[in-house]
Amino acid sequence: MNATENPLALPNIDRRQFFKLGGGLAVAIILQDVIAFAADPSGTILSPVPSGQVAAWIHIGEDNMVTVFTGKVEVGQNIRTSLTQQVAEELNVDVSSIKMVMGDTDLVPFDNGTYGSLTTPQMGTQLRHTAATARQALLDLAAKHFSSEVTSLKAAGGMVSDQKSGKKISFGALTKGQQILIPISKQIPLINPAEWKTAGKTTPKVNDRTFITGGHKYVSDMKMPDMLYAKILRPPVYQAKLLTVDLDAAKAMSGVTVIQDGTFIAVAAASLRNANSALLAIKATWESPDQPSKAQLFEYLVKNARETEPETSEIKQSLTASEQQHSDTYTIDYIAHVPLETRSALAQWIGDKLTVWTGTQRPFGVQQDLAAKFDIPKENVRVMVPDTGSGYGGKHSGEAALEAAHIAKETKRPVKLAWTRKEEFTWAYFRPAGVIKVKSGFKKDGAINAWKFENYNSGNAGLKPQYRIPNQQNNFHPSLTPLKQGSYRGLAATANAFARESHISDIARMIDMDQLEFRLKNLDDARLKAVLEAAAKSFGWHTKQKRKGCGYGIACDYVKGGYVATCAEVMVTEDNLVKIVRITEAFDCGAIVNPHHLEHQILGAIVQGLGGALFESVDFENGKILNPNLSDYRVPRFKDTPEITIVMVNRTDIAPSGAGEAPIVSVAPAIRNAILQATGTALRSLPLLPTGKLERS
Amino acid sequence: MILTINNIRHEVNIDAEATLLSILRDELDLTGTKYGCGEGACGACTVHVNGLAVRSCTTSAGSVVGKSVTTIEGLETNGILHPVQQAFLKSDPLQCAYCASGMIMSAAALLREKPAPSTADINTAMNGNICRCGTYPNIVKAIKLASTILTAK
Ligand code: FES
Ligand code: FES
Repeated sequence: MNATENPLALPNIDRRQFFKLGGGLAVAIILQDVIAFAADPSGTILSPVPSGQVAAWIHIGEDNMVTVFTGKVEVGQNIRTSLTQQVAEELNVDVSSIKMVMGDTDLVPFDNGTYGSLTTPQMGTQLRHTAATARQALLDLAAKHFSSEVTSLKAAGGMVSDQKSGKKISFGALTKGQQILIPISKQIPLINPAEWKTAGKTTPKVNDRTFITGGHKYVSDMKMPDMLYAKILRPPVYQAKLLTVDLDAAKAMSGVTVIQDGTFIAVAAASLRNANSALLAIKATWESPDQPSKAQLFEYLVKNARETEPETSEIKQSLTASEQQHSDTYTIDYIAHVPLETRSALAQWIGDKLTVWTGTQRPFGVQQDLAAKFDIPKENVRVMVPDTGSGYGGKHSGEAALEAAHIAKETKRPVKLAWTRKEEFTWAYFRPAGVIKVKSGFKKDGAINAWKFENYNSGNAGLKPQYRIPNQQNNFHPSLTPLKQGSYRGLAATANAFARESHISDIARMIDMDQLEFRLKNLDDARLKAVLEAAAKSFGWHTKQKRKGCGYGIACDYVKGGYVATCAEVMVTEDNLVKIVRITEAFDCGAIVNPHHLEHQILGAIVQGLGGALFESVDFENGKILNPNLSDYRVPRFKDTPEITIVMVNRTDIAPSGAGEAPIVSVAPAIRNAILQATGTALRSLPLLPTGKLERS
Repeated sequence: MILTINNIRHEVNIDAEATLLSILRDELDLTGTKYGCGEGACGACTVHVNGLAVRSCTTSAGSVVGKSVTTIEGLETNGILHPVQQAFLKSDPLQCAYCASGMIMSAAALLREKPAPSTADINTAMNGNICRCGTYPNIVKAIKLASTILTAK
């Protein structure tokens, strides 16, 4: 097991020591106009390395091992692999000689977080430029070493060889394990994706074996000598205030520490079972205000919204002047991320230095939060994120980290806190619920001329239509939210695409035009049209014979550099059972870095999208979540998965974009539009089939 | 209480009510078996008891005394991966892989009963295992590959 696999193997070392462990004494290579070696006996100038320098991101050890440092974290997107491939490509080395250090605030350059499908476009590009600069530096060093021209040199397989003399030298022998302290140059040309040999190819998950043998230590699996397990006293409902608490019974239990800091009450014990028993022994009474329930949710969201802009007179006029009009209101429930690994953290204090292992998408954000909470400098806080049991936008925060660190401080022992599923369902955050009102005006020939789109609460990502509409007004009205809400895969683009693409198919139906043809007619963007056509072709939109009770639906969108189109086939029985027969999705996010893993991302988004489309919904009443467990909150399972076909459009001429989000947005409207075609019922709410049966209208 | 886990006898001093999952993870440090729900609804904690797949989160430790428990850590024999593990390695179906142990244990139990399952058999047998990353079709493929490895023997 290497250091990145088991962060516990390297307790509290700083970056300088890391290099010492990693290979040879750390000294610097400074390559400026002239190549020169600068030894630094004290080693003190080495840390921190400015992020404009190669050494901040890539280190080449004397043993030829390439270590890559990134603040991005692995939550299942397989970026440990795809980023490795991109560095391997630029350095022309084997993926097995690259080790990624991810999400360790002591070792990696600052990073805002792993979200928004930014890893591939930003981090991928950053690392490619860095690796290209490193490659150039190695060639320069070798030229000096061989006293030859750079032009006769070639870097491949971790060696630089001189084509003329036939001499070779390894990367490690050139760097001697020293840091490469040269500025990253964007001038050095990157390898053209069309010529990729390593990137762009299917490569298995780099640390696959540890996962399939149960060896990988997720944070929830970690242990330390002397460690305590913690449990926290949670209120029964949101906004509850603690009135009385009796801690005597818990305090009397042997080996149990009870922590009380204002209303923060926790217990810690050397075994999880004892911590659980101690928590059960606490008697508390609470008081809570009346709160909105799910039954009043949508009314509540509209009533409490801040209208950002009133309807303009232009929109009003163009709507009324339109040949035909349509207006409708769509609603979206709260849904939960349900990462299979719940929020977990292990915290350890040594003096006033804090180390926390936690599964978060924002290690530096959590570092900041911890420093603020305990009023210590950021440099005293180290956050490490081992490969985590997924996030989907649901782990931007560090609740468990803050709680574990708090308890560890009080108990003066390392503390592990792993949330239960119920805690995850109740005290994390949800994808926002929303109400979306859409009005449109159009001609009988299918040209849309007016569009008014209002989103209450769910968010403004993907608010604007891609369609050519001369008069449009798109507004997001923030509102008060009864439940804690936050980021989710695709953000509000899923809600907005659902309302918009449902509405678009309604219009097509009103003027009796094919849904696909109507979209193509109103779109200008060639890439969006191309994915629509690719999806339709593979699906057999025009060619496949429909069976009785069957309907086809289509939807498309553009999200964060990704173009997506989805076709769905549903079968509705006479007693209103709906079966999703098949889904075909075409996706274009530029050049493909790892086809297999991209396909995973798309597939994962489609399957996750099915849950939100069909049945996922958080039920709540007066501040209490009514379905905080996996037997009551339904997520997609094997049997829910239809036949799925994925068409990947590889645009090697376009820089790659991320793929974690866009592929989810068109799933729900495609299914909804298929139900519309099959039955004439225009559904307006997500989830579409909360009871499993279609309510025909 | 003596428990036999991965062919090793362990003496554990804990009341018989404790769940097998908590013994495995917290007492014996066999953390390959995961917690996902604690109510038998996700399959992340699946282990074998006398060769059959059970949810360790709803199984009491006392009920497995005298039986043979296998966890993901004990699925290899003499350093050779189980065919399901080989197939998972080969076909690389996973994303975050948190569901992996439970999936592999359930699949291994299925193939023991039915060495050549159809897609419908797989979907039925595996329906209690959740993969929130949505890799189901990949896992079906991996299980079919495992079946070919097994039946080729
Ligand atoms: S943890 Fe046992 S089935 Fe979910
Ligand atoms: S791969 Fe993430 S839960 Fe299955």
